[in-house]
Amino acid sequence: MSLTREGIAYRVAQDLPEGAYVNLGIGIPSLVGRFLPADKEIFLHSENGLLGFRSADHDERDPHLVNANKDPVVLLPGAAVFDHAWSFTMIRGGHLTHTVLGALEVAANGDLANWRVSAQQVPGVGGAMDLAAGVRNVWVAMTHVTPQGRPKIVERCHFPLTAPRCVKRIYTDLAVIDVTPEGLVLREVCPGMTPQAVQELTGAPLTVASDCRTMTLPQEFEGLALVAEGGPAA
Amino acid sequence: MVNKIVADCDAAVADLKDGMTIMVGGFGDPGAPNQLLDAVRRRGIRDLVIIANGAGSEDIGLGGMMKDGLVRKLICSFPNYPQAWAFRERYLKGEVELELVPQGTLAERIRAGGAGLGGFYTPTAVGTDLAQGKEVRTINGRQYVFETALYADVALIKAAKGDRLGNLRYRYAMRNFNPLMASAAALVIAEVDEVVPVGSLPPDDVHTPGIFVDRVVLYQA
Repeated sequence: MSLTREGIAYRVAQDLPEGAYVNLGIGIPSLVGRFLPADKEIFLHSENGLLGFRSADHDERDPHLVNANKDPVVLLPGAAVFDHAWSFTMIRGGHLTHTVLGALEVAANGDLANWRVSAQQVPGVGGAMDLAAGVRNVWVAMTHVTPQGRPKIVERCHFPLTAPRCVKRIYTDLAVIDVTPEGLVLREVCPGMTPQAVQELTGAPLTVASDCRTMTLPQEFEGLALVAEGGPAA
Repeated sequence: MVNKIVADCDAAVADLKDGMTIMVGGFGDPGAPNQLLDAVRRRGIRDLVIIANGAGSEDIGLGGMMKDGLVRKLICSFPNYPQAWAFRERYLKGEVELELVPQGTLAERIRAGGAGLGGFYTPTAVGTDLAQGKEVRTINGRQYVFETALYADVALIKAAKGDRLGNLRYRYAMRNFNPLMASAAALVIAEVDEVVPVGSLPPDDVHTPGIFVDRVVLYQA
């Protein structure tokens, strides 16, 4: 079994603590907002100067309220609006507690590559380097391997770096892995996966945590997990 | 009596010239001064250096200027989205130069320019391709890269409300780069959705004080 994109986002959301200030990147991370635990106050931040919002339903769109993904959002009670210098003061100054970013590759030492594939015709970086360099807890949410089956967790990144040694935790469709000074530590595996099976799809050595467990998925959400024959989520 | 209100967008940009460096506010559609940009496009001035977060969208505003080939160089953080086809086509033909800057570094370079600083040291981009050729210095055990300030001939910005003194108020995500750019150009022109009487913006609600703004022009609905 492996997690869908929504399943990865769900699993990330369960680990965000009460009072977290969180910036979500594009791709799988952008789905995390759907699964924030209702019993915790968690504040989403957007590069374009918003703190404390949720996605907008179709009938509540405001032309002056979009997040950095250009998706419509609604400000929650207690929200704040500010300019780009303040926004990146929060990011670069270490005031945000968490960012969840997509990745092309993560290295065993926490190096992150997520802004450019080498052959890309027009490069763009946005706020990725500021988030990776500045936020206290940089978490990655991504598929474990590429659509071609190549591991995305590697000894050394091949793609251009976004920031060196910044990633603290990796959530994939197969596992939850911590990046520690002693290397990668396998914390959780998907139902039906073994630590050995995860290691075979990982391009760097994993240490299996003494309390490594199989993750539990709730019944109240549908579509969080895929059955094995489809392989990992694309 | 001070009166910074200008009749229309064409009058507001009538003295802009070829080769100028122009800051353009906005992040996506909110806060983009699209009617001022359309007026620049009508003037047809060329060889421009544009400082903005993106590369314009479709055939609108900055996208239209890209389509017409008015831009020599773009300094921005995020030009690679499908709607920026006008920039992409010219960039791939080598007709426009790109200086790619991390978004927070772009904002701070503009802020520094407006604040009279020469530059600053930032941890962003250390150890990456975007730090190549730049001074790296270790401060308190951490590495930082030196980035220079940005200052422009003109800033084109957008606000929700403005008065004849140039005081501006934004609404929600319109703010983004606009207050920073208002401080970092020799000539600052603001497109506003509503012109209000002096005194109707409470002092606590003035986001960009009029000292930074030279011209105010009303958006034509």
